[in-house]
Amino acid sequence: MNRRLLPLGVTMLLFVGMAVFGAIRYDGFLSPQVFLNLLIDNAFLCVVAVGMTFVILSGGIDLSVGAVIALTTMISAALLEAGWNPYASMAMVLVLGALFGAAQGFLIQRFALAPFIVTLAGMFLARGCCYLISTESIAINDATYASIAQARIPVGFDASLTVGAVIALLVVLAGMRIAHASEFGRTVYAIGGGESSARLMGLPVASAKIGVYLLSGFCAALGGVVMTFYMLSGYSLHAVGLELDAIAAVVIGGTLLAGGVGYVAGTLFGVLILGIIQTLIAFDGTLSSWWTKIVVGALLLLFCLLQRLFEGRSRKAA
Amino acid sequence: MKRLAQHALFWPCTTLLLLLVVCAVFNPAFLGVAWQGGHLYGNLVDILNRAAPLMVVSMGMTLVIAVRGLDISVGAVVAIAATVAALMIGGSFSAGGEVASRFPLWLALATALGVAAACGLWNGLLVVKAGMQPIVATLILMVAGRGIAQLLTGGQIITVYYAPFYTLGNGFLLGVPVALWIAAALWAVLHLVLSRSALGLFIRAIGGNPEAARVAGVRSSAITLCVYTFCGLAAGVAGLIISSNVKSADANNAGQLLELDAILAVTLGGTALTGGRFTLAGTIIGALIIQTLTSMIYSLGVPPEVNLVVKAALVFAVMLLQSAGFRALVMRVARNPRPGAT
Repeated sequence: MNRRLLPLGVTMLLFVGMAVFGAIRYDGFLSPQVFLNLLIDNAFLCVVAVGMTFVILSGGIDLSVGAVIALTTMISAALLEAGWNPYASMAMVLVLGALFGAAQGFLIQRFALAPFIVTLAGMFLARGCCYLISTESIAINDATYASIAQARIPVGFDASLTVGAVIALLVVLAGMRIAHASEFGRTVYAIGGGESSARLMGLPVASAKIGVYLLSGFCAALGGVVMTFYMLSGYSLHAVGLELDAIAAVVIGGTLLAGGVGYVAGTLFGVLILGIIQTLIAFDGTLSSWWTKIVVGALLLLFCLLQRLFEGRSRKAA
Repeated sequence: MKRLAQHALFWPCTTLLLLLVVCAVFNPAFLGVAWQGGHLYGNLVDILNRAAPLMVVSMGMTLVIAVRGLDISVGAVVAIAATVAALMIGGSFSAGGEVASRFPLWLALATALGVAAACGLWNGLLVVKAGMQPIVATLILMVAGRGIAQLLTGGQIITVYYAPFYTLGNGFLLGVPVALWIAAALWAVLHLVLSRSALGLFIRAIGGNPEAARVAGVRSSAITLCVYTFCGLAAGVAGLIISSNVKSADANNAGQLLELDAILAVTLGGTALTGGRFTLAGTIIGALIIQTLTSMIYSLGVPPEVNLVVKAALVFAVMLLQSAGFRALVMRVARNPRPGAT
């Protein structure tokens, strides 16, 4: 078995184990809708985490995604208030998100700046722009948004998905295709493995590096659109700290933070594990919400130690 | 002049002075310092006082960054230390209306600092022994730490009614805020240790090239471990100052985003994020820049919403100034100005 698939296998096993634990422990846990709700409630996180996977695969990090989501919800709400067509406003925020990401990528690539600092400043900037638009929450009363928010897509067994969840699944599929079957994907893996060797191999390193941040910005904006379907409001304090959840999902999904190793499919399971922890705690009813943080921290520790173990072994084997 | 411009502290000092000049131009009373109620009083004193926790955290962060590390858990450690101290001091009214501390004050403070140092040691162990990337190793405590603090407080804000504890964040000694004394003392101790012993050299060596330092006989793992422990301890001190200042411990919000401000202060001060080159004095100035910016925005009557945008613009500017690639580009454009060329 491919050793690089092991962390992904562990993640999937862990998810199944948690599901079995929940099914034995709590009545009504083992219903299709409970599992679909994992995806519905975390759709925006899933979309963002796919973008983050590419950034981390390239060896970088993007701290601005949570703020970009908030800015997206704010701009969407403001544009709708100004009487824009809902689809035009969606297209507008997606373009803006991609541009925001590309600008960060340009700074990182062209001036060899640390991704951590650039995207940190990007985070301040995006949150700051939210406050400039409004410090209050803006409600979205648009009919199109409301109907999309309420739309349910039946999938059989009395269960259904929301539009946001379907978008999230499509993004995961597209992400897998881009990562594993495109020149861009191969270049991203190569950059994560070693940037100078990727350059020596003649790969388009510069454009791919800007590309991953563009993709991450686009995914953040798309996640923001999905969030507006979910929340039906724009607010500057939406998605505070979401970047950490996204990074945690990527790491738990088996992607190496050093870059170069990982799978987009793993990220989906990372998101689902974060979701199932919250669901388990909600089903229990006696545990408080802060247990979520502690369990997520413990899982992060487990996976990082696991990764170190595999790395150590493969180095010895090589 | 050229040598002055090349000094490590030139740009940080210039930025700070510029900010202060802007303040003084818009509000001539801004720079005034008066003696009022037995202590110094004025905007400058206020800036120094409010910047003290950030200075303390940033000093720890400077050393961590100097050994090629990063500690994003300091905000969570602040929350943990504040919670431990508040819980141990407690706020029970005993008979007769006297407020008693549950444990002696010194024991509460020492325990809080001990827990904070243990948090730092934990980070250090993950980095040194488990070989994790610093940002991941400290991410674990950043996520779990706040959860642990909330677990300790049961999600409540813990108010401290024991007056002697307020001294740390609100008191004055010889007319100067106690918090500032603490920051100054910490700086003095660090400065002495780093310049009078070989430790500073070792830290620079580890940051410059960890492998070469190890081969040269520097005990890099032990030193790195100490540096992370110190960073945790510094975050604990800041946590005590912050909780004393607001007379309570809020596990959810104490020290929120402090890690980012600390990293920002370190960068603004001229410490290289790639490790090796660090300046503690620069970090202090960096922390002052951040606080001056905040105070300036409030005192000028600018809506506080703009604060973050200005902060972002400043970070971008400083970042580009520090980038050799950007400076080369500017020089090239300045020498060979072509219309339309960027």
